Amino acid sequence: MSGPGRSGLLFDESTLFERSRPGRTGVQVEPLPASVPLIDPQAIWGAEHVRDDIEGFPELSEFDVVRHFTRISQWNLGIDSAAYPLGSCTMKYNPKLNEVVAALAGFQSLHPLAPDEATQGILALGHALEQALIEISGLDRVTLQPAAGAQGEFVGMQLVQAYHRAHGGASRNEVIIPDTAHGTNPASAALSGMQVVEVKSGPDGTLTPEALAAVVGPRTSALMLTNPNTLGIFEHHVQDLANVIHEAGGLVYLDGANMNALLGVAKPGDMGVDVMHFNLHKTFSTPHGGGGPGSGPVAVRNLLAPYLPTPIIRKEGDRYRLDHEFPHSIGRVHAFYGNVGMWIRALAYIRSLGGTGLGEVTQMAVLNANYLLERLREHYGTAQTGRVMHECVLTDKLQQEHHVSTADIGKRLMDHGFHPPTIYFPLVIAGALMIEPTETESLDSLDGLADSLIAIAQEAKTDPEHVRAAPHRTFVRRVDEVRAARKPKLRWTPPERE
Amino acid sequence: MSYTPHTPEEIAHMLRTVQAESVDDLFASIPLPLRSVGALKLPPPESEQSLLRSFAQLAGQNESADRVPSFLGAGAYHHFIPSAVSALASRGEFLTAYTPYQAEVSQGTLQAIFEFQTVICQLTGLDIANASLYDGASATAEAVLLALRATRKRRVYVSQGLHPHYLEVLRTYTAQLDIELESLPLGSDGRTLVTDLREDTAAVLIQQPNFFGCIEELNTVSETTHAAGALLLTSTSEPLALALLKPPGAVGVDVACGEAQSFGVPLGFGGPYVGFMAARSKLVRQLPGRLVGETVDKDGRRAFVMTLTTREQHIRRERATSNICTNQGLCALRVVIYLALLGKHGLRHLARVNLSLAEFTKQQLREIGCEPVYTGPTFNEFALRVPELEQRLSKLAPNELHPGLRLDTYDAARRDQLLVCTTEMNSRADVAKLVEALRL
Repeated sequence: MSGPGRSGLLFDESTLFERSRPGRTGVQVEPLPASVPLIDPQAIWGAEHVRDDIEGFPELSEFDVVRHFTRISQWNLGIDSAAYPLGSCTMKYNPKLNEVVAALAGFQSLHPLAPDEATQGILALGHALEQALIEISGLDRVTLQPAAGAQGEFVGMQLVQAYHRAHGGASRNEVIIPDTAHGTNPASAALSGMQVVEVKSGPDGTLTPEALAAVVGPRTSALMLTNPNTLGIFEHHVQDLANVIHEAGGLVYLDGANMNALLGVAKPGDMGVDVMHFNLHKTFSTPHGGGGPGSGPVAVRNLLAPYLPTPIIRKEGDRYRLDHEFPHSIGRVHAFYGNVGMWIRALAYIRSLGGTGLGEVTQMAVLNANYLLERLREHYGTAQTGRVMHECVLTDKLQQEHHVSTADIGKRLMDHGFHPPTIYFPLVIAGALMIEPTETESLDSLDGLADSLIAIAQEAKTDPEHVRAAPHRTFVRRVDEVRAARKPKLRWTPPERE
Repeated sequence: MSYTPHTPEEIAHMLRTVQAESVDDLFASIPLPLRSVGALKLPPPESEQSLLRSFAQLAGQNESADRVPSFLGAGAYHHFIPSAVSALASRGEFLTAYTPYQAEVSQGTLQAIFEFQTVICQLTGLDIANASLYDGASATAEAVLLALRATRKRRVYVSQGLHPHYLEVLRTYTAQLDIELESLPLGSDGRTLVTDLREDTAAVLIQQPNFFGCIEELNTVSETTHAAGALLLTSTSEPLALALLKPPGAVGVDVACGEAQSFGVPLGFGGPYVGFMAARSKLVRQLPGRLVGETVDKDGRRAFVMTLTTREQHIRRERATSNICTNQGLCALRVVIYLALLGKHGLRHLARVNLSLAEFTKQQLREIGCEPVYTGPTFNEFALRVPELEQRLSKLAPNELHPGLRLDTYDAARRDQLLVCTTEMNSRADVAKLVEALRL
C-alpha cells in the first residue's frame, strides 16, 4: 500500500471518570497564608447554597492525567503527523515559534482590564496586526474582535445593516449568497435578521453579473461572496458583480476563508469589496486546536468604520489606547477584545515571512493545488476544466459504478496515512472531495497523496468491498453515526444509572 | 524565514506537469487590473532569533499579573495553571488537528470533548452540555437566543448583576430581533429582585455569582420564572464558585452558561477564552454549536462522534440554531485537563482558599473604612466602597499594583466603588499592599 500510513501500537484508554479512584488528586493547591483562616462556605453562604459533592467528578493523580491525555492524543491525526488536505480549512504547518511567543508571560498573564498604560505592548502588537491586514486587504480599517470567521461574518452583516439604517435603507434586509457558499454565510445572515436569497453559479462555477442582476432589488443589502470560491475558482467577474450590487445600493462582503490564494496577488479592496473577514487560523497559520480557537478579524472601507465593534485600538503619537467612545458602533461581540493569543501568532507569522514571503505562500499553495489536480485528473471526476487556485474539487463519479462513494474514498485515505479531504462540499457538486494541500506540503508529500488517491481509485475497481469497509488501520473502525444520533449519549454516566 | 519546502528544481518539475511556463501563469484567471504590482508593503522578514527578541520586548512592555500584584477579576481570573496543562494541550496531535469531522482519525479530540461535556454537566448539575462557545459573553447571548427559540416568546428579563460586557454582547446579538430586554434591579444585599413577570416572558437571566461578586438566591427566582412559563438562565464568569455552590440544575436553572477561563486558560489579555453551555435534556435540539456523542464502531467498540449535526450551519444553513462553526476546542481541552488534575477535592479546596482569602481581604479593608457595597455574601470577588477612590488611585503607578476595577467605568453613579478579586495567586503581602494603597 502506498502512503506513509503504518499500523503501530496504540493504547486503550477509558474515560477520566472510569479511571478515577476515590482520594486521588493531581495537584497540591497553594496553602493559605498562615494568618488567613480557612472558611467553611456554609458559614458564609448558608447551608442551602452549598453543595456537598461534585458527583462523578474525576479523582486522578497527575501521572494518570498525563498518561490519559497522551494516550488519547495518539488516536488523533494532526498536521504535525500527516498531510491534512481538508478543503476550505487551509491546514498549513503551524510554526513552533508562534507558540513560544504567544506563551510569553507578558502576554499570557496580562489582565484584559489592566489600564492602558500597563498594556502598551499588546496594544502595539494589535495595532501592527491591524496595519498588516489593512495592507493585505486593500481596505481602510480593521477590527480584531471577532473570535472566528463565523463571528466575523456576523459582524460584517451587522456593519452593513448599520450602514443601511444610517443611509435610509432600513428596509434592505436581503443578502444574496451563491449556492457554492460555506454554510456559515447563510447562518450568519440569518442571525443578523436578514433574508437569504440564493443565487446559482454559472456553468464555469462562477457567479455571473447577469444572474446577480436578476436577483438584486430595492431590498438588497449585500452580496456575500467567497473569492476564490469553494470550487477553487477565482470569481473573475468580481468587479462587475460589485458594480451590480453597488448600483442597486448594496454592499459587497467577502468571505476571506480562501485568502491563502490571494496574498500579494490581488487585494479585495481593488475588487470592489466593502467588508471582509480573515481567518487567522487558516491564512496566518495559527493552530486549529481540534476546532478552535480561531480568529476572524474584519476589514472595512472607511464608509463602514463608524460602526465597528467597540473598543478599538487608537494610536496617538507613540502611545496606544482602547477607545470605547464610539457612538455609532454595533457594540461588542466579545467579552474583551477577541482571541488575542491568535493575534500574537498571526503577527509572528507575518513578520517571519514579510511581504515577499507571504506572496510565495500563495504562489506555492496554488502550484501545489494545480499539481495535485493534474496528477489526479484522469482518475477522478473533476469540478474544474481548467486551472484552479489554492484548492481543487474531485468527485466520485468514476467510482460510482463500483459502488464506492466519496465517503469510502476519504476513509480509505486514512489507511494510507492521510487525513481525508473535505467531503460532500460544496453542495453543488455531487460527491465532492475538496482538496486543499496548502503551500507547506512538499513535492514528495503531494506525490504520496496523489499515489494513494490513484491506488484507491484502482482498488475501487479491483476490490471495492475493501474500500467500502475502510478504514482498516485506524484506532477505531468506521463509526456508527446513525446510532449516535438516534439515542444521543452526550455525557458519561456511572453504569448503574444507565 | 519561509515555511514552503519547494526547491527550484521541484518548482520547475511541477510547472512542467501542469503545463505552465511560470508560476505567474497559474494566476491567469485573475483579471489583470486586479493583479497586485510588487510585493505587499510589510516590514521585511525577520529571523526566528530576531523575532523572539522583538516579541519579548513587546511582552515586556506589559505590566502583567506575574509582575504586578493584581486584584482585577470581572470576568477574567488569575489562577494558577499546573504545568501539565500546557504540556498536554500543546501536543501536536491535539494542537494541529481541526474540528473532528472524520471521527476515525479524531478519537482523541472527540473523547476529550465528551469528557469536557461531562465535567460541565457535573459542575452545573444539568443533563447536557455542548463542546464550547467563543466566550462567556457570546455563550450568554446564545442562551438567550435559545430561550427565545424554545419558548417562542419575546421578553427577556436581565439582572443588573450581569457583567456589563456580557450585556453589551447580548444587545449586539439581539439588536435586529423584535424582542424586549428588561432590566431587573439589585437589592441592598446585591441579589436580583424578581417580581412580576409578564406573560410573554421567554427567559430570566441572572449571573451567578453576579458581576459584583454576590451569591444569588435562585430557588425563589426559579419558582417565579417557571410560574410565568419562562426559562431560567444563569451566566457564570467565575465557574470556580460552582465547586462549592449548589449546582444550577439543582435550583431550577434550565440553561447554565458562562466562561470557563478560570479552569486552566491564561488571562491572555482577554482571549482566547472558552464559553460553556449546559441545559436540561429537553432543550438538546435547540443547543448551539458542536455536540459529541458516544457510539460504537463497526466492530462494536466504544467510539465518539459529532452528533445531532442537523442543528448546525453546515447542514441547516440559514435555519441552523447558530452560525458558530470553529469554536474554542483547544481551550476546552485545557479546561478538561485542568479539572482532571484538580479533581473533586482539589477544586473544592481551591474554591475554599479563594473564598477565605476574599473574606480575609474584605475584613482587612473594612478596618481601614472601606465597606462592601452590598450586604449579601460573596465568593472571591466583592464590590467595595472606597471614599475618595480617585485620589487614592492617582498615587499608584501602573507597575505598582492593580487594585481592582473602578465601577464608574460602567456606571457614573458608582463613583468611589471598586471591584476587588482575590485568588490563590495573591499573597499575604499583596493584600497588605492593597490595604496600604487604599488607606487614606
